[in-house]
Order: sequence, then C-alpha cells, then structure tokens
Amino acid sequence: MTGLPLLSLAITLPIIGAVLLMFVSNRDGAKDGLIRNLTLAVSLVTFAVTLALWAGFDLTAAAPAFQFVERHAWIPSFGIDYYVGIDGLSLMLLVLTGFLTPIALLSGWDSVEKHVKEYSILMLLLEASLVGVFCALDVFLFYVFWDFVLIPMYFLIGIWGYDQRIYAAVKFILYTMAGSVLMLVAIIGLSWVHQGATGEYSFDLLELYELQIPAATQYWFFLAFTIAFIIKVPLFPFHTWLPDAHVQAPTGGSVILAGVMLKMGGYGLIRLAYPLFPDAALYFSPLLATLAVIAIVYGALVAMVQPDLKKLVAYSSVSHMGFVVLGIATMTTIGVQGASYQMLAHGVSTGGLFCMVGMLSDRRHTRLISEFGGLKTVMPRLAAAMLLITLSSIGLPGMNGFIGEFLIMLGGFDWDARFVVIAALGVILSAVYMLWMFQRVFHGTVTNDHNQGLPDLSFREWAIVGPIVAAAILMGVYPNAFLKPMEPAVQRIVERVQAHQPPAETTAEVR
Amino acid sequence: MISSQFDAVIPILCVALAGLVVLLAEAFRGRDEKMPIGGLGIIGLVGAGAASVLLWNRQAESFGVVTADNFALFVNLVLVAVGILTVIFSSQTVERDGLPAGEYYAILLFTIVGMMLMAQANDLLLIFLALETMSIGVYVLTGIRRNQPAGTEAAFKYFLLGAFASAFFLYGIAFLYGVTRSTHLDAISSAIAAQSMSGNPMILLGVGLLIVGFAFKVAAVPFHMWSPDVYEGAPAVVTGFMSTGVKAAAVAAFVRVFLKGLDPMVADWAPVLALIAAATMILGTVVGVAQTSLKRMLAYSSIAHAGYMLTAIVAANGDGADTGKAAILFYLAAYSVTNLGAFGVIALLGTRERANDDLRDYAGLWHTHPALATLMTFFLLSLGGFPPTAGFIAKWYVFGAAVGSGYYGLAIIGVLSSVVSVFFYLRIVVMMYMTDRDARPVPAQISRMAMAGLVLSLIGVLYLGVLPSAVIDFAQASISTIF
Repeated sequence: MTGLPLLSLAITLPIIGAVLLMFVSNRDGAKDGLIRNLTLAVSLVTFAVTLALWAGFDLTAAAPAFQFVERHAWIPSFGIDYYVGIDGLSLMLLVLTGFLTPIALLSGWDSVEKHVKEYSILMLLLEASLVGVFCALDVFLFYVFWDFVLIPMYFLIGIWGYDQRIYAAVKFILYTMAGSVLMLVAIIGLSWVHQGATGEYSFDLLELYELQIPAATQYWFFLAFTIAFIIKVPLFPFHTWLPDAHVQAPTGGSVILAGVMLKMGGYGLIRLAYPLFPDAALYFSPLLATLAVIAIVYGALVAMVQPDLKKLVAYSSVSHMGFVVLGIATMTTIGVQGASYQMLAHGVSTGGLFCMVGMLSDRRHTRLISEFGGLKTVMPRLAAAMLLITLSSIGLPGMNGFIGEFLIMLGGFDWDARFVVIAALGVILSAVYMLWMFQRVFHGTVTNDHNQGLPDLSFREWAIVGPIVAAAILMGVYPNAFLKPMEPAVQRIVERVQAHQPPAETTAEVR
Repeated sequence: MISSQFDAVIPILCVALAGLVVLLAEAFRGRDEKMPIGGLGIIGLVGAGAASVLLWNRQAESFGVVTADNFALFVNLVLVAVGILTVIFSSQTVERDGLPAGEYYAILLFTIVGMMLMAQANDLLLIFLALETMSIGVYVLTGIRRNQPAGTEAAFKYFLLGAFASAFFLYGIAFLYGVTRSTHLDAISSAIAAQSMSGNPMILLGVGLLIVGFAFKVAAVPFHMWSPDVYEGAPAVVTGFMSTGVKAAAVAAFVRVFLKGLDPMVADWAPVLALIAAATMILGTVVGVAQTSLKRMLAYSSIAHAGYMLTAIVAANGDGADTGKAAILFYLAAYSVTNLGAFGVIALLGTRERANDDLRDYAGLWHTHPALATLMTFFLLSLGGFPPTAGFIAKWYVFGAAVGSGYYGLAIIGVLSSVVSVFFYLRIVVMMYMTDRDARPVPAQISRMAMAGLVLSLIGVLYLGVLPSAVIDFAQASISTIF
C-alpha cells in the first residue's frame, strides 16, 4: 500500500475542486469554459485516484478484508470515527463513480448553459458524497454521506431539469428521505444494542457485524434499513419517484442517478442490511425476491409502452435493478457476485443510454420516440454506438449485461428456481422493448423533416461514447478483471449470512 | 474579589450593567448624533460570556437561589451568542424602521438578563421573577414599532396570553409550595422523595400547571396558538431573538425544574410530556406546510423544534438519560445559531414599508442576491436536519437519546415529522432557486455588519455540523454537575 491516503483523496479532491470553483468569479458566464475544464480535470484526477486504488488493491488470498483503511476519531464520546476502507465490492463501485462522473460532465458540456459554476460545484459535491458512501466503514459516516447525496441531486434536478423539474425534485428528495430517516433510527438503535452488549457506543460496521441481536429486533432493524435501500434501488412498489426524477433531470444528473446512485441501494443491502441482520434477512429474502421479479417483469412491460425515450430507459432501470435485488436475495456467492456485476454493467450501459438519449434531445429538444425514425441514415455513428449499448443492456452474450443476469439466474437456481423462471421473462421482454425502441428511432426512412441533416457525433460526444462502448465490451469479454476483486468480498458476506445460526426459538418461525 | 457570594450573578450583572450604560448613552446622545449603542451591548455580552467561562466548574452559588453550575453556564453562553447575533442583525432594522435605539437595545439586554436568570435560578419564585423579566421585555420588543398595527396587535395578544400562562405558572408554584412547604428546587425534590407523594392530587395539579406555563413559553401544543401571530407581527430580528432566546431560557428552566426538582415524580409527568412532544412535532410540521408567510412558516417550524427539545427532556430519563440531557443543550446551541441566521436573512430583506416575508417575495432570490440565498439554504438545510449541518447532529443526538431510553415511537414521529418539515423548507428553496424572479423589487442594500453576522451563524452551523465533538463533550461536561 502506498503512503498516500488515497481514499480520503478521492473524497476530498472533488470537494477541494468545488471550493476552488466557489472563488472563481463568473459574471454573465464569462468564465464558463475555464470552469468546465477545471471541473473535468478534477473529475479525471479523481478517476485516476480510483484507478490507482484498483492498481494498488491486493488481490492475494492473504490480503485483509478491507484495504486502504483510514481511521480518525470524529465524535469520540459516541465511538464515531472517520473510518473508511474498501473491499473489492466498494472498489468496483468507486471506479464506476470515477468513470461516470467525467462522462456525465461531458454530456452536459453544451446543454448546461446557465449557472455553469453552480452546476459544476454540485456535480463535484455529488461525486465526493458518492465516493464517501461506498467507502465508509462507520455506519454514522455512511449515513452522513448517504443523506448528503440528496442535496446536490435535488438542486441538479430542480434547477437544470426540464419542465416538471420542481415536482420531480421535491418528490425525489422527500421519497428517498422518508426511507432513509427510518434507517437513521435503526442505526441509532443498533449503537444502543452495542452499548448494551459491550458498554460502549460504536458505529464501527465491522464491530456491529459481530453483535448478537435478538431476532425480533433484527426484523425491525432489517425492515428500516431495507426500506431505505429498496426505495433507492428502486424496487417495486417504491419506484415511482424514479421515472419522474429521470425524465426531468438534466442528462448529467440522469447519468449519475442511474449509473451510480441506484447502486447505493444494492450496495447498502449487501454491505449493511444482510450481514448485520442475517436472520431477518433470510426470513425476508423470499419477499424481496418476489418484489424483485415483479419489478423485473413490471418494469419491462411498462418500459415497452413508453412514448418518451428517457422514461423508457428509466423503467428499464427498474427492471434491471430488479435483477440486482433478486441476486442479493439468493444470498449465494454466485448470485451476489452477479448482482454486484449487474450493478456495474447497468451503471455503464444505462449511463451510456442516458448520454445518447441526451444527445438526441440536445439536437431535437424532444425525447418522444414518435418524433424520430430513420436516424440511422442521418447519424450512422450514433446509431452504431446506440445499437451496441442497447445490446449490452439487453444482455447479449459478449456484452456486459449478459454476465450479471446470467450469474444471478445461476445463483437463483441453487436457491429457488421459480423466481428464475419468471425473471427470465424479463430478459426476453428487455429485448422486446429495447430493440423495438431502436427500430422505431433509427430504422426505416426519415419521416420527420426536422430529423434531416442532424449532425453526427461530435468530438466531445466521441469522448463520451468511446469509453462507454469500450467498457461495455471489455466487461463482456473479460469479466474476470472485475469479478476477481469482488469475489472474496462477496464470499465473506455470503458466508457471514449463511453461517449464522438463527437462535433456536425463532427457527420454527423462519421455516 | 469582593465576596464569593456574588460570583454566580456576575454574568447577569455584566448584561444588566450594559443595559444601564445603553440607557445612559441614549440620554446623553445628541440629536442626530450617530452612536454605536449596539456595540455597548456587545461588550456587556462578551463580558458575560467571559464570566461564564471563568466560572466554569466552580459551582458558584449566590444567595442560595442563583447557581452558576455548568448547565446554567452552557445556556448562558448560548444566550450570549443569541444576544450578540441579535444585536448585530438589529443595527439595520433599527436604522431602517427608525426605532428608538437606546430603548431597543436596553430592553433587549434586560430581556437577556431575565433569560440568564431563568437558566441560573434554583428556586421557583426566582424562576417566576426571571420569567416575568424576560416576558415583559419581549412583549415590548414585539410591539416596538408603535406605528404598525400588526406589531401592536401581536404584542397585545402575546401579553394577554402570556399573562394567563404566568398566572398558571404561579398557581402551580403555590400548589407545590402548599404541599412541600418550599419553593426551592432541592427542598421540593427531597420533600417529594421523602414522603413519596407522587400520587397526591395537589402536587399533580401543581405539576400540571407548571407544565402549562412552560409549554406556553416554549410554544408547545396545545399552548402554541400565540406564536404564529406574534412571530409574524414582531420585527423579524425580534422574532429571531424570541424564537431562540426565549426558547433556550424556558427550556433550561423547564429542564431544571422537571429533571431536578420534580425528578422523583418522573413517572407521572414523563408520559404527559411525551404526548405533548409528539403532538407538538406533528402539528408544527403539518400546519407549517400550509403557510405562505415565511415568518409563520418558521413559527410553526420552531413549534416543531420545541417538540424535539421536549422529546429530549422526556428521553432524559431511562437508559439514555445522560445522552438526553446533553442532547438538550446541544440542540439549544444548534437550533439557536441556525434559526437566528434564518431570521437574520428575513430581516435583511424587509423594508420599512413591507416585511417582504411572503413566500413569493423569495422568488428568484438566488438571481438577485446569490449570497443571501446560499446562506438561507444552509440555514434551512440545518433546520431540516441535513448533514453536514448543526441540525443533523442535533437531531441525531435527540433521537439517539429517545431510542436509548426506549421511546422508539417518539423517535419515529420525530424523524418522519422532520421529513414533512423538509417539505416546507424546500418550498422556500424552490422559490429562491427554481422560480423566476418577480417584478417586485427587493432591497439591494445589505449592510456589511449584518452580512458578517450571517457568516458567523453559518460558521456556527457548519462547525457544529462537521466538528461537533468539542461542543458535545462540553455539553456532557455541563450536565455532569447538576443531575
């Protein structure tokens, strides 16, 4: 390990960038260009830091569970620390965050015209808090980052969004906050349980893992945590904020929202809800899996009939993230690996889809599928890129989407094949709605005169599309590079959950 | 040193002296002569703060009824901060509205004298005296703009209802005296404990009446009716002062009376207070949603915050007792800097003719006054309890105590009501950032002084939110000596 506190660097770099930007005087947008470049540079450096973390990550079997650990007392009287560290799962999500932030910035390069400075500051703060969420090992710290994420996103949607932005922003923040405050109560309760058991307060996740919590308490705490997480995922029936937020958010916001923020929910389930409350988790798993398959099929069906491109992609997220929850609910190593992989894959491909929908919308100022048609003849390069990402989203073998869904279903067969049968329906449906959308937008003849002579990909747009397509293919053909680091992390969590013997008196209830 | 007999009242004397000097200065001021009268007040307040720091850990007591234990000193320091910020924000209002500067600042200081005495008093009669000193000052400040009907109406309403509440309070003292033969809190406590008279109807009546009196002062449901009208009618600076200072002093006395004097009867009053706390949190936030005047909105918000403080008082018995008591102090500090900041912004945007406190007046504020809008956003986020602000840590502290003492219900009502409150705080944010600017002019002149005060508040909000450890330890040390 290097001497540099790389994790703190990854959190603070964007914050430092944001603070610097505050001091750039930008009257009437005179310095917009400088601000954009500076922000992009900061986000690229942050990406480099996450890559450095990957490069320095110890993959050998003897490696400690959490690496790059930093710990400083924060509120000592309550055992709250600034305590960060990553395992393979966190690492991959950090890299995803680092990867998507510059892309999100590029996607809003021209379309964000007003208040560029504030937009950039908020994007950087968003990145910092997302990085924080994924590497916090102190539950209190985790909650601080978790809650703070809402604020920049709220402003991004509310100020730079489309027509219904205020409604969407308020719905977004209230909905997700209502879920997370109950988690706050459970976190507090958890620290009191720890205090009761050991005489000391602690918010240290690894210490809390070791707690023996009575089953009845576990149920409540698990529900409080899980509701927060499945609202974020979002799982049916808590998904209604997502289409609104996505459709109204500016492209860059959508990319981060779909690409990274939704993963906070899946990450939370894997990192906190399951290993902290194993008995309750196993008890509620069938329920979660049921909701997950409903989300998979329902999201796909609703996506099929959307007239709006962004809404279609949003509902496809509901469907794809349903797979993530299904994979987690299986609590098999393969299933959870698949879920983790699916999170990465979905981040890349849905992020890409939102970028490209944004490109169409920048050109035509509409996202209605019926307004397009035959774009392939006008913009062959964009069409090609879109096709690749569409296929990766569907889960074509050789692309990134395939690996995750395949592993999830494989894990599911070990657990309960019924769920898998229904979930497989979602795979087919995703091909239906995505390809149908592609066909209506890109194939055929140009029916709408406004679509004549639209410019193809610009240099900036290549810079967005290129890395995304490359990542999608790389993840598809060489998944081991990504699965390998996550494997020990996932294995530890699954073992922890499965090895846990439920207290005798509740066994009857669980069966 | 004259005599250690006077030690405990030194902070109070500092402020009182400053008040007298202010009155004299006003008397000697030539017509149209500019004089930084507010500065005199700040000197006195700083003196009181310094005295409080020096008295730390010394357990000074004067005349047997005024104590300077760490608890009171902590509250004193909060009150000093409230006073200084209020004086800073006042300068613009006083000038703009042509208020009589000498009288205004003198009354302000004497009100703070009452507040400090309330926090330090150890005897029910003295608490009553302090309560009246404070209340009368606040009545006058509410109606200080004599030519404004709304202000006069508010002052009159406040006075009438406040007088009623005081009477209830006094009546309660009488009952307690009748049963325990003392008005001193220690004596009351030991008398109740010794004779195990917790079922005695007389004493229950006395406790009930005291609750009514205190609930009125902290604006808890169902004795909150006055506060929206009064908050709306008073000048915004005074409203900020009332909503923080009065609340801090009243809560401090509340804590002292109930957790010290009436502690043996905790099983009798805790359920009642829990009910009041729950109702206060729910009503404050739910009704707040329907408001269109910013001052009324924040009035309901501060009702809700009273509910959180009561939650902490309820939680201060049981397993989370120490956490609860310290949480009250931390909450007072966090809430005071935040709320003062918010009212400071409102005060700055008012003009002589119009208060400009309607929600519509904030449309597009970000475009006209980006700095003010940003500051306001931080204060609102803190009121709503978002990290990394003071409000978040404060709420976490209070709910932590509630959960620790087993009041899961209160904690859940608390967090859910804070989600509701976020809804109306965000309405203001939506107006400031996401709505286009109105044709209505908003005053462009923002005095440097007031801006500095706002920045001070912001520093407080962020300091308590990001590095709360020092103040948390301080709060814990404060309660270790009295309970």
